[in-house]
Amino acid sequence: MSDLVEIRWHGRGGQGAVTASELLAEAALHEGKYFQAFPDYGPERMGAPIRAYTRISSSPIKQHHQVIEPDAVVVLDPTLLGIVDFTEGLDDGGLLLVNTPLSPTELRRELDFNKGKVYTVDATRVALDTMKRNITNTPMIGALLRALEVVSKDVVREEIKNRFNTRVSKEVAKANVEAFDRAYREVREG
Amino acid sequence: MVSPKVRGKPVALDGDRAVAEAIRQMSPDVVAAYPITPQTEIVMRFSEFVANGEVDTEFIPVESEHAAMSACIGASAAGGRAQTATAGAGLAFMWEVLWVASGTRLPIVMHVVNRSLSAPLNIHCDHSDSMGARDAGWIQLYDETVQEAYDNAIQALRIAEHPDVMLPTLHAMDGFILGHGLERLELLPDDAVREFVGVYKPEHSLLDVDHPVTYGPMELTDYFFEHKRQQAAAMERALEIIPQIGEEYGMLTGRYYGLMEGYRLEDAEFATVALGSTAGTIKTVVDELRDQGVKAGLLKLRCFRPFPATTVAEALGDKKAIAVLDRSLSFGAQCGPLFLEVITALFTHGFSPKVLNYAYGLGGRDIVPAQIHQVYKDLIDIDREGLAGPSLRYLGLRE
Repeated sequence: MSDLVEIRWHGRGGQGAVTASELLAEAALHEGKYFQAFPDYGPERMGAPIRAYTRISSSPIKQHHQVIEPDAVVVLDPTLLGIVDFTEGLDDGGLLLVNTPLSPTELRRELDFNKGKVYTVDATRVALDTMKRNITNTPMIGALLRALEVVSKDVVREEIKNRFNTRVSKEVAKANVEAFDRAYREVREG
Repeated sequence: MVSPKVRGKPVALDGDRAVAEAIRQMSPDVVAAYPITPQTEIVMRFSEFVANGEVDTEFIPVESEHAAMSACIGASAAGGRAQTATAGAGLAFMWEVLWVASGTRLPIVMHVVNRSLSAPLNIHCDHSDSMGARDAGWIQLYDETVQEAYDNAIQALRIAEHPDVMLPTLHAMDGFILGHGLERLELLPDDAVREFVGVYKPEHSLLDVDHPVTYGPMELTDYFFEHKRQQAAAMERALEIIPQIGEEYGMLTGRYYGLMEGYRLEDAEFATVALGSTAGTIKTVVDELRDQGVKAGLLKLRCFRPFPATTVAEALGDKKAIAVLDRSLSFGAQCGPLFLEVITALFTHGFSPKVLNYAYGLGGRDIVPAQIHQVYKDLIDIDREGLAGPSLRYLGLRE
């Protein structure tokens, strides 16, 4: 039986939703898994709502279409609330993880959403505290792995460290790992 | 099946970057290209390889796609290996010189990242661009996955340069879906690719001054027709060569390639025919239908030019009903270009199953399993009740 996990990421251009979708997929490579990561390309610009997708499975993935019935939806930006219907396609088996200061119960009320599992974390606060920038992708990956360990936490942590070490700097890598760990600890379920 | 001779390295790359790696490993003498979405990353990444000294290819950043193909024609006629990459309008802009490349029998390799043609302006996938080049004398292969994009890129060179073929060859991957889709694939070691493509020894070359030849002469009513007949004959021979190279590649990698791939097709009663990444989505639907007891199958066509008519007809002839999915429109025609080929192949081989044609996915419109389920349902309906309504239908259209 297939253990395919499908994730839909919502963010705004510049927040790293596409990077998040890829980072998780690249980590899956280290576990010998199969994966796809791809964004919805439109007129890309800073601040515009965007979607990206990740599929991970232990067997080859055949389908090539957008994720319609996600197992997990991850929302990187609290201001998308009420603008984007990010619960679309989410069912009782699914989970919704949102970057917001609201508690899961408050968020459920806000969204009038009673299915599946809901998780919240104030990733903007975590990002500002650790990285001094409002880029919420690495903390949201940390929070996601607490809710659904689709790839082992340690492998992803290592992937984040290596990626930012080689592409940016040791300091940035350290701050990202800190954000990842803190959001992992602080995420709330409800 | 023998075990592969080399172990590939699993990596995470999108289609554009996988093809850039393949070009680097093939190390052509000349790459002339102009960047266009969604092919840009191929050119971007490959020019980095050149700048970093990782490959000694002469990279020509030309002023247009017409110039890109012209530069490849010059380089290939001079006796070098030449490659380019393009998409959508870029391929359309090459149209005139595509015919020069094939008519001159130059084994140029082109990596096409499928994109719709304007207007309205759209950067997303359909097959209008490569179908617009279908009569230009180029061999056309289509990729289902990023792995296939990489594998076909490498095989394209061997097909093009085979002495019995000597035709320019393109392979096409769906823009964004594969081009910008990150997938797991296995990269071959550099030396395995180098060995597989070997050293190109052209029979004729402009730079071989001891054996002077004329390229691009005028042929009027005297020999032009015979020249074209030779091109058609080379295409026919390519039908033999393409699977041979696919077999050789399979011995090397464990991944075997033919002219087409049948997916649960042999005992199927209801079959679809498709090109490119959509074939993968269809496979998931075929699996679901088989679980429900429906004898569904898929014919994924890898090689569209030359069209393997006998192979296709034999694979489909016994089916109760067949749907052909076209990711392009031929305005004013009765059907899409793939349907036209499939139906002609069936008819000329004495088969007349019930058939439907679907236009889908234009401008990147997502094609989802529910739509493919509808196609198979339509096939079951026409088998039971006969064809009612038009044979050309639109899938996933907002009506």
